[in-house]
Amino acid sequence: MAEWKPKARLMDSDGIRRVITRMAHEIIERNKGTDDMVLIGIRRRGVPLARRLADKIKEIEGSVVPVGVLDITLYRDDLTTLGRQPVVRQTEVAFSIEGKRIILVDDVLFTGRTIRAALDAIIDLGRPRYIQLVALVDRGHRELPIRADYVGKNVPTSRREEVAVRLTETDDTDEVVIMEKT
Amino acid sequence: MYKYKDLLEIRTLSAEEIGFLLDTAGPMKEIIKRQIKKVPTLRGKTVVTLFYENSTRTRGSFELAAKYMSADAINISGSSSSVAKGESLYDTGRTLQSLGADVIVLRHPMAGAPELLARSVQAAVINAGDGAHEHPTQALLDMFTVREKKGGLAGLRVAIVGDVLHSRVARSNIWGFTKMGAEVRVCGPATLLPAGVEETGALVFHQLDQALAGADVIMMLRIQKERQQQGLFPGLREYARLYGLNERRLALAAGDALVMHPGPMNRGVEITAAIADSNRAVIEEQVTNGVAVRMALLYLLSGGGAQA
Amino acid sequence: MKLIISQGRILDPAVGRDEIADLYVADGVISAPFAPDRETRLIDAAGRLVTPGLIDMHTHLREPGFEYKETIASGTAAAARGGFTAVACMPNTRPVTDNRVTVEYINQQAAATGLVKVYPIGAITRGSLGKELAEMADMRAAGAVAFSDDGRPVADAGLMRRAMQYCGMLAGVLISHCEEQSLAGDGVMHEGAYATVLGLKGIPASAEEVMVARDIILAAETKCPLHLAHLSTAGSVALVREAKKRGVPVTAEATPHHFTLTDRAVGDYDTNAKVNPPLRGEADVQAIRDGLAEGVIDVIATDHAPHSFDEKNVEFDLAPFGLVGLETAVGLVWTELVHTGLLTPLQAVQKLSANPARILGVAGGALTVGASADITIIDPLLEETVDPAAFAGQSGNTPFAGRRLQGLPILTVVAGEIKYER
Repeated sequence: MAEWKPKARLMDSDGIRRVITRMAHEIIERNKGTDDMVLIGIRRRGVPLARRLADKIKEIEGSVVPVGVLDITLYRDDLTTLGRQPVVRQTEVAFSIEGKRIILVDDVLFTGRTIRAALDAIIDLGRPRYIQLVALVDRGHRELPIRADYVGKNVPTSRREEVAVRLTETDDTDEVVIMEKT
Repeated sequence: MYKYKDLLEIRTLSAEEIGFLLDTAGPMKEIIKRQIKKVPTLRGKTVVTLFYENSTRTRGSFELAAKYMSADAINISGSSSSVAKGESLYDTGRTLQSLGADVIVLRHPMAGAPELLARSVQAAVINAGDGAHEHPTQALLDMFTVREKKGGLAGLRVAIVGDVLHSRVARSNIWGFTKMGAEVRVCGPATLLPAGVEETGALVFHQLDQALAGADVIMMLRIQKERQQQGLFPGLREYARLYGLNERRLALAAGDALVMHPGPMNRGVEITAAIADSNRAVIEEQVTNGVAVRMALLYLLSGGGAQA
Repeated sequence: MKLIISQGRILDPAVGRDEIADLYVADGVISAPFAPDRETRLIDAAGRLVTPGLIDMHTHLREPGFEYKETIASGTAAAARGGFTAVACMPNTRPVTDNRVTVEYINQQAAATGLVKVYPIGAITRGSLGKELAEMADMRAAGAVAFSDDGRPVADAGLMRRAMQYCGMLAGVLISHCEEQSLAGDGVMHEGAYATVLGLKGIPASAEEVMVARDIILAAETKCPLHLAHLSTAGSVALVREAKKRGVPVTAEATPHHFTLTDRAVGDYDTNAKVNPPLRGEADVQAIRDGLAEGVIDVIATDHAPHSFDEKNVEFDLAPFGLVGLETAVGLVWTELVHTGLLTPLQAVQKLSANPARILGVAGGALTVGASADITIIDPLLEETVDPAAFAGQSGNTPFAGRRLQGLPILTVVAGEIKYER
């Protein structure tokens, strides 16, 4: 078994907070406000990020943007090649997305396959006006023609590396670390 | 986790495994409530429903589940096809496998047939009811429904009433609810309770009033007229009087007791029409949940690597 | 060929002999001591048991009619490998052995292809249909040793009574398969908690016991020797015990599977454990063992019932009843009864040779000088894992595959000829 060893720490708690603040401003600016806007986080770590963005947007604009939770397991394109079926969790989008401006949130943008699955999942829920993508980290190596509208940090990586995003809501700490296989 | 190739019976599952199956059915129910009831998960997978007995309910439920998951569903029934020509179950299974079946859903009048099929093919086999053995997906949907309504299963009192002798639903539910920490009571005439049923962990009653006292869940089984011809009970009139669920008896159960029936019902015999249509009955809810439970199973059993 | 079997433990239940000695065989019979010459084969039997040839009084050889399951050739080869020097074969062949011609056919086939002695059993009723008596006297004259409708009980008590009256007159024994159909119904295994678990229809113990009681009453009345095949329940053992006390001319047998396995052996619908009478509960198995130890049960017989693989590779309800027993019987008797101290080796040999010979009225079961040299040598310590692929018989339908047995036949001699040697 290869072991993963931390190589470099890209962001700490303050770094993540600053990036969230910047992206919240960008989202408001690009969309000229928050009308018809909804945030949808991709399980797992896209969900706390979406909530943090919603909190920040409320702080800045005073408006409440609904947050939905998307589980993309049933839309994965690798189900037949996995040893075991991954655990399916609930998708919780308690509002209509018809005609909405959707801000889709994920922690790391890599091959683009998760986003492809998420787009399909959203489309199955209704017809939004448009979908924009937020990624805390873009590490490159795209396998599909997908790009993020808002990027916290661009991090050139090798395929042998792994980007670990840890958030207090899920991991008891806030940090982004590059891991290397030894 | 669910680590088996097939789902043949509840008896050999652990409480954790049952809990996991029910947990997986939850997200599936969300899909059924959508306007577009379809996820692409099982594209390119083939689900065959092989039914040697008629059943619009179970078959339709599996078929819908397969379609909601984007699998191709093929139906083969005992009256059509080579089955009627006397082909053995082993050969039928091998043929379906050659045709590319990933999951075979089998309904069969003989106990143990799914076990035989599962041994004969690499495809996953789901038991959709075999003789008087088990009907595991029915028990899962019953447990799912009760869990949803009651918030949990442990500590509940579940009364199963009627022809337990011939009931695969009763057997699967006895195992399932018992494993999940509920108290299961079976009630029926001595001629319609199987030998040694107390060894399953169920409490045995012949008086319905006693069995219903304080029950949280009442599961009424279908009584079949042919059992009368077989001399197993004297007649429907006396049966309804002794084992039919009516308002007076329902009042003996817990105030919020759920009334369930695996269907199809004999209104006026094992259950009065008023109760069947009341808000205490969750019979229609059972049908919806059945699709969710079957979607979960198709998902868990059709993975490329899930086969041993 | 001459044989000198030296220094074996000679077990001769006919005279109660149990001692280490040499046994001499010449001209097909057991002989007085002689000096070895160039023709003599010396067999060192030190540490082994030298017994009269074992006799299985309940075998299904399937020929004529079901040669795809077993033939007289393959069945007797299985017998020889299992240590049996003679088998009595049941009449549920096709056609049913209910007439002189079929009895003669079996005798001819056995003479031509059989490795061991074959004693045909004739049917009680024509076609074993339970309607009219078969020509028992004719069959007796042709060599039928007993009469039975095994597999299909004689449901009609009046007919059974007449069969006993008729059979008693011929000095033949009537072998009864006791099963009351209205109680057994379409059951496929023992009625009890495990049948409930599997959802299979049960055959209650009372289905056997009701008919055991009936046949005992009829035997007491008609004085016809009655032999009860394959007892399986505690109640049956009690009925036979009581009948014997009263002097009713009744004897009984039990099979190795009924003193070894319970209904749990059906496991996950193992059709090789589907047998009639069914494998019963714990208390029944214990009662059968007690009955054997006490002598209430006289005979251990196999009820060897071969079926093809395809016939058994079906739904449990559809599979035929029966399992093969000739090649596992001795191993099971020694492992389950002798090594456990339930039976002495001499008692075991008596139930496997002398008693069946006596009941059937055939030669054998003795090692006296001048008797036909039917001899079995058993190594009581030899161990083997049951492997159906190694069977000499044609079918492998056994629930004992993979089971470890200790105490196995290593040499089978029929009329002075070695028919099997391990």
